[in-house]
Amino acid sequence: MSKRQISLRGKDILGLEMMTVPEIEVILETACQMKGIIDRDIKKVPTLRGKSIVNLFFEASTRTRTSFELAGKYLGADVVNITASASSVTKGESLRDTLYTVEAMGVDVIVMRHEAEGAAQYAANVASPVIINAGDGAHEHPTQGLLDMFTMKEVKGKLDGLKVAIVGDIFHSRVARSNIWGLLKMGAEVHLAGPKTLMPYYIQEVGVHVHNRVEEALEGADVVNVLRIQRERQHKGLFPSAREYARIFGINQARLDLAKPDALIMHPGPMNRGLEISPDVAYGDQSVIQEQVKNGLAIRMAALFLVLTGGKNIETTA
Amino acid sequence: MKLLLKGGTIIDPTQNYNQVADLLIENGLVSKIGENLSTTGVEVFDAQGLVIAPGFVDMHVHLREPGLEAKEDIASGTKAAAAGGFTTIACMPNTKPVVDQAIIVSGILHRAQLEGVVNVKVIGALSKGQQGKELAEIGDMILSGAVAISDDGSSLDNNRLFKIGLEYTSMFGCPVISHAEDESLVDEGVMHEGAVSAMLGMKGRPSVAEDIAVARDIMLAQYTDSRLHIAHVSSKGAVELIRQAKKRGVKVTAEATPHHLTLTDEAVKTFNTAAKVNPPLRSADHVAALLEGLKDGTLDAIATDHAPHAFEEKDIEFRQAPPGFAGLETALGVILTDLYHTGKFTLVEIVEKMSTAPASILNIEAGSLKAGAPADIAIIDTELEWTVDSSAFYTKGKHTPFDKKILKGKAVATIVSGKFVMRKGKVCI
Repeated sequence: MSKRQISLRGKDILGLEMMTVPEIEVILETACQMKGIIDRDIKKVPTLRGKSIVNLFFEASTRTRTSFELAGKYLGADVVNITASASSVTKGESLRDTLYTVEAMGVDVIVMRHEAEGAAQYAANVASPVIINAGDGAHEHPTQGLLDMFTMKEVKGKLDGLKVAIVGDIFHSRVARSNIWGLLKMGAEVHLAGPKTLMPYYIQEVGVHVHNRVEEALEGADVVNVLRIQRERQHKGLFPSAREYARIFGINQARLDLAKPDALIMHPGPMNRGLEISPDVAYGDQSVIQEQVKNGLAIRMAALFLVLTGGKNIETTA
Repeated sequence: MKLLLKGGTIIDPTQNYNQVADLLIENGLVSKIGENLSTTGVEVFDAQGLVIAPGFVDMHVHLREPGLEAKEDIASGTKAAAAGGFTTIACMPNTKPVVDQAIIVSGILHRAQLEGVVNVKVIGALSKGQQGKELAEIGDMILSGAVAISDDGSSLDNNRLFKIGLEYTSMFGCPVISHAEDESLVDEGVMHEGAVSAMLGMKGRPSVAEDIAVARDIMLAQYTDSRLHIAHVSSKGAVELIRQAKKRGVKVTAEATPHHLTLTDEAVKTFNTAAKVNPPLRSADHVAALLEGLKDGTLDAIATDHAPHAFEEKDIEFRQAPPGFAGLETALGVILTDLYHTGKFTLVEIVEKMSTAPASILNIEAGSLKAGAPADIAIIDTELEWTVDSSAFYTKGKHTPFDKKILKGKAVATIVSGKFVMRKGKVCI
């Protein structure tokens, strides 16, 4: 274990905007050790035995929720899933009251996904358990940002100086925002491309490069992070058709060849193959999309471990 | 029956008066202003070191009655007004039911007589039910006491109906007050579209939505030769459009709020629903343009857009929270702190913007200390430092972006028709 004086014990993880570089580093380092546990035959360690974690999901999710659930269970914690459709939210209960109810059951960590930006911040303000933001609207998805950076660092050996292109629907993407904050903090260069109708105005003010043409963003990139395009954006008229999107912004091998020869292809999932990414690229040699899923588990184990223990020996009980 | 305010600095823009003197009130009216007025047989209020101004007139208040009394009612709203130094407030018609008929205007005025602590004026709706489809009974409402016409709360996008509303209202000499934000452009926006919204991931209400609506309003007011008042101007584009329109002689007036004049979109960075409002708090360049417009007379008045909500309504996710917050009890403190004590505006200018100008726009008897005028007076301690404590507000709306802020300057007494309705911050009736 690192001997640095950074402790995340009891701290909420709401977004990468609010995290310091040393805090990000300690999570990335801890995730490295966690990854070793995932590959074991017997994956259970007793570190978080006696701790309880609630996955409070107000929005549909498979991979993130499963990832947090397994992360908690591999570390020996009790994990319960609450989904909005099955809870009292449908009866009109306020977020405050839902949080109070969960809190009253003695929960140690609430992992929360919610459709509204700022919902995690709200939860942190009103509830005493540690809050881990698993996505609040289009705001942030910090563990996704962390797992993306972990994946980049694992292959490239560093983040500082990397040129990262993020392509697609930036406007509606919490993944993009967490990546932007995290990558800028770690010294990477961030280039954004996508339809102007899906690009937030003024985002260049935070220090990213915005391109009208996806080719410009890809040129010489070390990493290409492709975002999911949601069909309902087309229905709202923000781009004319799926085929036009695929033609102008879809990442295919020809476009990928503009990036460095060893550039990584990433995607937070779930993918629309043939729309934002072509199948050959998604499953090609440069793709680390499967590895991202595995790393996501390691990052969530690290996050849960650090907020609950502050970072003591992984192999012993809390 | 006689009250003498002794030794205060009397400021009255309608008489170009700005000096230490005494003010005598008789039978609810201002009797005279002069030096060393006789104290025999009169109640004396020592106003040394204090400022005496015509009571403030807030032309943009949501009293929420009838129908939305969980947010506010006439009693609580007028108490908040008295606490803030306001002696006359005009209430917006977006209630339940909407104020779109004479009987509702009369009802509010009647209630205000019984329960109101300060003078209440009523603004009637432009369209029936504020549905934007057909004219409300505008003439009937004005004959029953309505002082202006507005579909405030949202923008009236139907150009033809807005044109007809202007034409019809102009027959009675009253202004149409416009909440100017193009609905199709604000779409689902919840805050200013800028660098802050870009990184919070929240949908923006772009300033151009306001610019376009103000341009439309001005063009129709010019074409129909009607009086138009733009509510809560918040964009620099709108300020410039109004400035140019005034130069052309268009009968347009405008107001700005204390929050748009002093806060930016940084206030919502923590997803604080107390800073959610329409039009939204914008970036610093817009704030600078508002201050410039207020200074050069493009913006005539300061109005609070006091828009209280029940605590639980604002205590939710930012996206779902209703726009608006309480303003009556913080307005003067905020304006004195950020506009007067910074040297940007004089007290005379501030009294003009908060009292004389809005009274003139609504064409009501207020905003002056001339002999014979109603003795509606605000007594102000410009040096008093105080901390905003929303839990102690008279209004039911406990949300404000100014909570916990230290302000300098406060109304210490409010007089309506010659009687104290507030002393030392406490409403007394």
